[in-house]
Amino acid sequence: MDDLINKRINEVLKGNQDAFEEIVTLFQHRLYHVCFRMLNNRQEAEDIAQEAFVRAYINIHTFDQKRKFSTWIFRIATNLCIDQIRKKKPDYSLDANVPGTDGLTMYSQIVADDMLPEDVVEQMETHERIQYEISQLSDKYRSVIILRYIEELPLQEIADILGLPLGTVKTRVHRGRAALRKQMGNL
Amino acid sequence: MNTCSEQIVHYMHAYLDGDITPEDEQKLMKHIKDCPACDELMESMSDITLMLENVNPVPAPEGFVSNVMKRLPKEKSQRGIQRWLRTHPLIAAAALFFVLMSVSVFADFGNTQQFSVTKQPNLIIEGQTVLVPEGETVIGDVIVENGELRVEGEVNGNIIVINGSKYMASTAIVTGNIEEIDKAFDWLWYKMKSVIKSVLPSSDLKEEE
Repeated sequence: MDDLINKRINEVLKGNQDAFEEIVTLFQHRLYHVCFRMLNNRQEAEDIAQEAFVRAYINIHTFDQKRKFSTWIFRIATNLCIDQIRKKKPDYSLDANVPGTDGLTMYSQIVADDMLPEDVVEQMETHERIQYEISQLSDKYRSVIILRYIEELPLQEIADILGLPLGTVKTRVHRGRAALRKQMGNL
Repeated sequence: MNTCSEQIVHYMHAYLDGDITPEDEQKLMKHIKDCPACDELMESMSDITLMLENVNPVPAPEGFVSNVMKRLPKEKSQRGIQRWLRTHPLIAAAALFFVLMSVSVFADFGNTQQFSVTKQPNLIIEGQTVLVPEGETVIGDVIVENGELRVEGEVNGNIIVINGSKYMASTAIVTGNIEEIDKAFDWLWYKMKSVIKSVLPSSDLKEEE
């Protein structure tokens, strides 16, 4: 996987823009998903995830091929997401999704086939709820929780992505988890 | 509310991170068994962990890749050309040949501003004007470049006027073709024909005209 990516990167470096398409195809879903969980808004997630790929393309010559490309691109994306969250903080409460809105209705479509109606509601609510609760976390906990649980990345990789010491990442996972528990109360 | 030591909570997190030593795990499990508050805390945190892990992935929307590609800055044209040259060497060579050829032909067209005429014995040349006098017969082709041709007599051949004008008197008789060339394209066409004619002297291009 890494070899293939490095091969494509070398082609991009030689000026072959088409080689970048394969890289985008490989990472689009993971990157978009992280952005979506971070921003809790589909349009913004798409825009920021695309922007992350564009930045990666422009700065591809700075990528150290001894490292993991996924770490590098996740770093670009999470930084952009955090910037975006900070940018829109003043009107945050207006923009934030509340349970039952954007995107989360899709889950009901996916799970509707083989579940009882009550279960559908329950499942839907849980997903909506968890997405909502994640979006309520402050951005430093949110990014760690998303990378840790949604992307299921090892703590060391999260530390590399966020440019933080491992200990700080651990602390943030703990605090993020505790904050979620507090927010969700008796779920 | 939980009144147990920070240490136990720390064990819980370590446990959830899969980061706990077997001894600490035993201590934690032992404590949870005896302490309902910690048991509940542990349970709710495991639930949250489980819930987070079960979040369905959301795929990128359709057209995501092509939209990214559209947003990329344009390739440097130099690089694009290089790549094109590498993938189409034959076309590139043909194109280069064509460009060089047309450059030389057109340069010829632009540079020959001076007056010239084919030498025929009975042509009268006055400055930029060439005269075929009345009653005289010129045998062979008459080609005038950058000048004026007045035909009052007889020409036993073709007349070609390049970048100039011609005047035919009522007494004029021309047995061949009369051609006037004053555009680059005509010039090119004429050049090509003359090249072909010189290569294949027996070609019947003349008849086709």
